[in-house]
Amino acid sequence: MADTAVTTSAEHAAEAPSPAKRPLFSPFNIIAALILLATAPFAILRFTGGLGAVTALDHTNPWGIWIGFDLLTGVALAAGGYVTSAAFYIFGKEEYHSAVRPAILTGFLGYGLVVFALLFDVGRPWRLPYPFFVSQGVTSVMFEVGACVALYLTVLFLEFSPAAMEWLGLKKVRWIVVKLTILLTILGVLLSTLHQSSLGAMYLLAPSKLHPLWYSTYLPVYFFVSSIAAGLSMIIFESTMAHRYFSHLMDQRHKDERNKIALGFGRAAALVLAAYSSIKIFGIAADNNWAYLLTGYGLWYLVELVGFVMAPAFLFAVGVRDRNFGLIRVCAIWTVLGIVLNRFNVSLIAFNWHLPSAERYFPALGEFAISIFIVTLGIVVYRFIVTRMPILYHHPDYHD
Amino acid sequence: MSISRRKFLGWVGAAGIAATAATKSRAAHAEFEGYPESYAVLHDSTLCIGCRSCERACNEVNDLPKPATPFDDLSVLDKKRRTDAASYTVVNKYGQVPGENRPVFRKDQCNHCLEPACASSCFVGAFTKTPEGAVIWDESVCVGCRYCLIACPFNIPAYEYDEPLTPRVMKCTMCHPRIEQGLLPGCVEACPMEALTFGARSDLLLIARERIRKYPDRYVNHIYGEREMGGTSWLYITGRKPSEVGLREDLGTTPAPELTSGALLMVPIVIGMWPALLGGIYKISQRKDRIAREQLVAAVKAQKEQSDKEREEAVKATKASAQQQQEKAIEKAVKKALEEAAESGDSKEEK
Repeated sequence: MADTAVTTSAEHAAEAPSPAKRPLFSPFNIIAALILLATAPFAILRFTGGLGAVTALDHTNPWGIWIGFDLLTGVALAAGGYVTSAAFYIFGKEEYHSAVRPAILTGFLGYGLVVFALLFDVGRPWRLPYPFFVSQGVTSVMFEVGACVALYLTVLFLEFSPAAMEWLGLKKVRWIVVKLTILLTILGVLLSTLHQSSLGAMYLLAPSKLHPLWYSTYLPVYFFVSSIAAGLSMIIFESTMAHRYFSHLMDQRHKDERNKIALGFGRAAALVLAAYSSIKIFGIAADNNWAYLLTGYGLWYLVELVGFVMAPAFLFAVGVRDRNFGLIRVCAIWTVLGIVLNRFNVSLIAFNWHLPSAERYFPALGEFAISIFIVTLGIVVYRFIVTRMPILYHHPDYHD
Repeated sequence: MSISRRKFLGWVGAAGIAATAATKSRAAHAEFEGYPESYAVLHDSTLCIGCRSCERACNEVNDLPKPATPFDDLSVLDKKRRTDAASYTVVNKYGQVPGENRPVFRKDQCNHCLEPACASSCFVGAFTKTPEGAVIWDESVCVGCRYCLIACPFNIPAYEYDEPLTPRVMKCTMCHPRIEQGLLPGCVEACPMEALTFGARSDLLLIARERIRKYPDRYVNHIYGEREMGGTSWLYITGRKPSEVGLREDLGTTPAPELTSGALLMVPIVIGMWPALLGGIYKISQRKDRIAREQLVAAVKAQKEQSDKEREEAVKATKASAQQQQEKAIEKAVKKALEEAAESGDSKEEK
C-alpha cells in the first residue's frame, strides 16, 4: 500500500515540478483519497459501535495490532529522529547534515500518528491528558511512557518548526528556536531513552503471560537498543525512498551526502545489532532459558535472533566494507522487518503463549483497515510537507 | 501502607531521588502482609457443588445484565468460562478423575491481591486496595487503555468492548459497598453450602490451616493465595493440585510492583545522568572540532610564514645576485673604459 502511494506520488511529482501548479486530481491524491475513503468507515464505526465492532480484541487479549504495530513498532521506527539529531548535533557528525531534517520530520509524523492511533484504541480518548492533569498514576510504567511521549512530541514539534517557519517566513521566532537546538536534542535523546525502554518495561508486569524467551528483566534495555538500530535503518530506508521519488526537490548537498549517510548509518547499525545480539544471548543465559530454544517457540525465537538480527548485522558490516550500497539498503529494510517481528512477538505472538489457540488473538479486518488509514494519512502529510517546506534542500535565505 | 509505599516509590521516580532511598522502601516492602484486620474470602472447593447461586447473587447485587441462559441451567458448566463485562464471577467445573467420586467446582472472581498488578499498571491510579481488603476501580479517571487486563495474572478484569464512548473495566468489587454497610458479599451470603467464608484474612488463614490439619486426606496442603503474587484476599483450599482446578502454580510470590520497580528506579538515573553525558559528548566533539580548526589555522599560518620567509629569501637572493651582476657589469665597464683609454693612449703614442 505504502509502495503504491509513493510510486504514484513520484509520477505525479514528475508531471508537476512546481508546487503552485499541482493538480488536485493527481494519481497520488486519487489513490490516497480512495484508501482513506475505504478505511474511514471503520474509523467511524469504532466511535459508534465500540472496539468490539471493529476489532477481534477480547478480555484475555486486550491489546492487538493497534498497540503491537501502531504504537510499539511505530515508536521504534520513529527513533530515526533522536538517532540522527544526536549523531549530527551531539556527536558532531557534520557529514550527516542532510539527514537531520528528513529524520526529524519522519520522527515527528511517526509520533503524531502513534498518538492519533491511540485515540482509536483507548476507551475514552479525550481523557488522554488525565494522567498528567487529573490523576497521576506514577507507579505505572505507562505513566512514564505517556509523559515521555507527550514531552517528546513537543520536542519534535519544536525541532521540526524551523522548517515550517522558513516556509512561512517567520525569521525571528525561527532564530529563537534554532538557538535551542542543542538543548532540544539532549532532551530528545533523554526522553527517547526513557520511553523507548519503558515500552519494553510495560511487559515486565506480565511474566506469567509472555514467553520466557521474550520475557527478561532486560526487556527495557532490549527495546532501547533495538530502537537505535530501527532508527538508523529507517533513515537509510527513508532516504532511499526519498531519493527515488523526491530527488527533483533535493539540493546538491543532499545528493552528495546520500552514500556517506548510508555508509555511516550502516556501520553504526552493524555495531548496534551486534551488541543487541550479544545482550539477547546474555539474557537467555541470565534466566537459563537454553532449554526453551529446542521447542517450537525456541525455533521462532532463533528465526528472529539469527534471521533478523545477526544476519543483517553481519551483512551490514559486509556492505560497509565492500562499499556495497545496494546491500546496505537491503539490510536496512531487513532490520526494520526484524524490529516489526520483535514487537509483534512480544506483544502478540509470544504473549498468552500458554493459552489454547481458540483463546488467542488474530486481528480483525477493521484493525488492518484503521492501521492502513493511519499509515496512508502519514504518507499524505509527509508528502504535503516535503513538497512545500525546506526538508530535502537548504533554504537559500538561511545560513545557520 | 501498600498504596502509600507505591506512591512513595513513584514520587521517588518523579522527583529523581537517588536509588538508595528507594532500596530502603524495597526492604520495608518484604514485610508487607496486607492491611491488618483486612477482610478476605476463603473458598473451599470440597464443599462447592457448582449450583451457581453465587453467580446469581453477584448478578443481582451488582445490577449486571441478565444472562441469556438462566442461572439454574447447569449445562454452562460444561464449558470453561472466564469473567466478562456482564459477570464478575463464574464457577468452573473440573472433570472427575479416577479415585474421586465427583467433579470439582471452583469459583473464579477478582482475587483482590494485597499488592495488585492492576494498581501497579494503571497510569491514572484508578485502582485502590482498600484497608477493608477490596481492590476497587474508579470510573471517573479511567482512560480505557486496558493495561490492567494485560497486567492481571489471573485474567480477571473485563472491558465493555461494545461501549463506544464510555467503556468500563468490569470486575468483582468484593461487594465493597456492602462491606461498608456491614453486609456480606453477595456470593458469600448466597452460598448454600458454606463453601465461601468471609472474615479477617488472618483468621481465614488459621481456619484453612485447621481444616487441612483435621482432614489431611481431603485437602492438598496448600492455601492458594497465601503467598501467590505476594498474597491475595481470596484464598482457596482444594482436594487437588491448584493447577488441576485452573489455578496457576507458576506465578511465584513476587508482588507485581516489584516487577517494574527496577525499571522505574532507572528513570531518575537517566534524567540525572543523560544531560551530563550527552552535554559532555557534545563538548568533546565541539572541542575536537575547535582543535581541528585551530590546528588548521596554525598550519595555514605556519605555511604562510614559511612561504613568506622563502619568498623574502628568494627576493634577497635575487637582489643580491642582481647587485652582484650590476657590480660586475660596472667593474667590467670600468675595466673596459680603462682598457679603451689605455688603448687610445697607445695609439696616440704610435702616431
